[in-house]
Amino acid sequence: MALVLTEEQTMLRDSARGLIGDKAPVAHLRKLRDERDPVGFSRDLWKSFAEMGFAGLVVPEEFGGSGLGCVEAGVVMEEIGRTLMPSPFLATGVLVASALKRGSKAQQQAHLPKIADGSLIASLAVDEGAKHRPLKTALQAKRSGNGFKLNGAKAMVVDGHVSDLLIVAARSAGAPGEREGLTLFLVDPKSKGVGIERTVMVDAHNAARIIFDDVEVDADSVLGEVDHGGDLLEAVLNIGRGAVASEMVGVADEAFGRTVTYLKERKQFGRLIGEFQALQHRAAHLYVEIEIARAAALKALQTLDADPEHAGPAVAVAKAKAGTVVTLAVQEGVQMHGGMGMTDQFDIGLFMKRARVCQELFGDANFHADYLARLKKY
Amino acid sequence: MPMLDADLDQFRRDTRAWLEANCPAEMRKPMTSDEDNFWGGRNTKFASGAQKVWFERMRDKGWTVPDWPTQYGGGGLDGARTKILREEMAAIGARSPLSSFGIWMLGPALLKYGNEQQKMEHLPKIARGEIRWCQGYSEPNAGSDLASLQTRAVPDGDDFIINGSKIWTSYANYADWIFCLVRTDPAAKKHDGISFILFDMTSPGVTTKPILLISGKSPFCETFFDNVRVPQSHVVGTVNRGWDVAKYLLQHERAMISGMGGRDGGRPLGQVAADSLGADDQGRLDDAMLRGQIASFDIDEAALACAAERAVDLAKAGQLHPAFSSAMKYYGTELNKRRHEILMSAGGIDALEWESERSHDGSRARSWLRTKANSIEGGTSEVMLGIVAKRILDLPGA
Repeated sequence: MALVLTEEQTMLRDSARGLIGDKAPVAHLRKLRDERDPVGFSRDLWKSFAEMGFAGLVVPEEFGGSGLGCVEAGVVMEEIGRTLMPSPFLATGVLVASALKRGSKAQQQAHLPKIADGSLIASLAVDEGAKHRPLKTALQAKRSGNGFKLNGAKAMVVDGHVSDLLIVAARSAGAPGEREGLTLFLVDPKSKGVGIERTVMVDAHNAARIIFDDVEVDADSVLGEVDHGGDLLEAVLNIGRGAVASEMVGVADEAFGRTVTYLKERKQFGRLIGEFQALQHRAAHLYVEIEIARAAALKALQTLDADPEHAGPAVAVAKAKAGTVVTLAVQEGVQMHGGMGMTDQFDIGLFMKRARVCQELFGDANFHADYLARLKKY
Repeated sequence: MPMLDADLDQFRRDTRAWLEANCPAEMRKPMTSDEDNFWGGRNTKFASGAQKVWFERMRDKGWTVPDWPTQYGGGGLDGARTKILREEMAAIGARSPLSSFGIWMLGPALLKYGNEQQKMEHLPKIARGEIRWCQGYSEPNAGSDLASLQTRAVPDGDDFIINGSKIWTSYANYADWIFCLVRTDPAAKKHDGISFILFDMTSPGVTTKPILLISGKSPFCETFFDNVRVPQSHVVGTVNRGWDVAKYLLQHERAMISGMGGRDGGRPLGQVAADSLGADDQGRLDDAMLRGQIASFDIDEAALACAAERAVDLAKAGQLHPAFSSAMKYYGTELNKRRHEILMSAGGIDALEWESERSHDGSRARSWLRTKANSIEGGTSEVMLGIVAKRILDLPGA
């Protein structure tokens, strides 16, 4: 398979770029932030997204979706990254939709059509500690009657405070650190014992902390198999990692583009600062890094579509590389904008904030480097 | 499309079977020294029977240059089939049957700029490994500023008389022919008076002198031309327009150099390090900092491989920026230097031995030192960054 976008994928990119650039430029994020919008994204815009087929992009056609793959999801994520658009696309449209596709027919029937038509907002609740360590999941799922009782706490639940449906990773057996003993549950956030705190984050995107205090769920709410949810969780996380890698490529590329433009406009010492070789070489280096990250992200997404069971290494490379590169891109962006880069008025700082959050989502560069090293037995 | 895919699948199966049957086991082991490369040429010797057999079988299929047209000795494969062949060779660790500046550098330039007679004369001999080529580009006073070169070619009847000297001529002392940049119009602006010319290294007036490098080896030479007579018909492209050919060839040279690290097919760094350092009770390398460096290197290397694959696919789709090879050259060579720094660190004091049999005559230290040239030869990293800044980013005054 050629490591370039197909004609259809290029058309999708253009249409996503048109819609997002038009309806949700960076000013859209600013407005939501400055008005302390209670939802954190535009429900109207999400409806338009749904009408254009983006909400149900990866939802199978039989459930009202477009039935497309990870590459296409990545294409949209990259465009989202360019304008820092807050959107349920990542949590609902990519993660939860991908998880539900691996659920029972009844579960798919119940939720996927609503994701596709934009009426259901959903979240994946995995992280518990400060760093992404899915195997260390400790939230307890104890058998109780016909179902389970959940006790524990989750953090960094994207869109958690407006979610209509949570997918919760829980430990039903074994000890934290083990792959066996994990179970995924579909939980109604309005259930008794669920306590949700919206956490306002540095990037003004949605996140929540959620406490589960003797939350009762029935046996039908198990997604996949009891105690053997580790593989399903890993598969879904890998899709999320690929998607966020693409978002980071978008963030990096846009921050870089704005920086290069600034180098061609800003004058000091009587000339354009872009004439200085000290800046030229750093800009050129950054260009190369971004192109490499872009290739790695596309490779990961193609592998997720073609051979998902063996996509782990390609995904880890993409998430780690894109994370490192976006970090460099925003740091250089702020530095090369000089004092203006430190102002809230200039957008470049918003890219830096989002990049930092993307690094942490689903494992930072160190997490994925460690994974690869273990895989290669060193 | 489905039909095409089926054809390609069939080609993959046939290729896999052919390679399985025809690639000797010894030719599937990673190369450990330059002797493991077969360079061809008039005075060539094979290092082993297996090397000879492998070369001859690949040559007879035209697969020393699988994507060249068959009339020039190539395999006539399209892009998709060439990629499949490379993937299948990589899958079994098959060595390249022929290492050749003719293949990597001159061939592409001749295919684009050569006339039919030149193509028929030179390409088949390159494909069959009969003539070994060297590159006459740099001069003592024309390094990064290559276009300021001063080697003169003065017309004399149907010939040119060439005088001057070249430096860093790789393997000039083993080469049969040279492709050479000469100044044919000293009055013109520096880029406009250069011609690209081919001649036999046994021509009267050509001498070479190896240069001893920090690696203790002499892969490069000084090359001197003292009234060397060369027919004017040996100019490739137009007289005084040699810079176009030179630049085009440099793109291929840079692509070649950027791939150097990957071509050695060596063992993964993590395993090499584990051999000398050992592991803790969880199987992790017994040097946490080095482990992190290696993991970070592995990620960069894997990501670069994606970019290299993508560059080939973009080129096929006609979407590759012509200066992108400079970007890849820059990154690939810096990465290869990093690889060898890590190898030295992993080897510790064992990697410092210079002459013992135990150290294969200091091969690790010598390779480490050799890689320092990667970011200089074919255009320094700084020149590459300048090209990216100017031609891709369009930065002012670059």
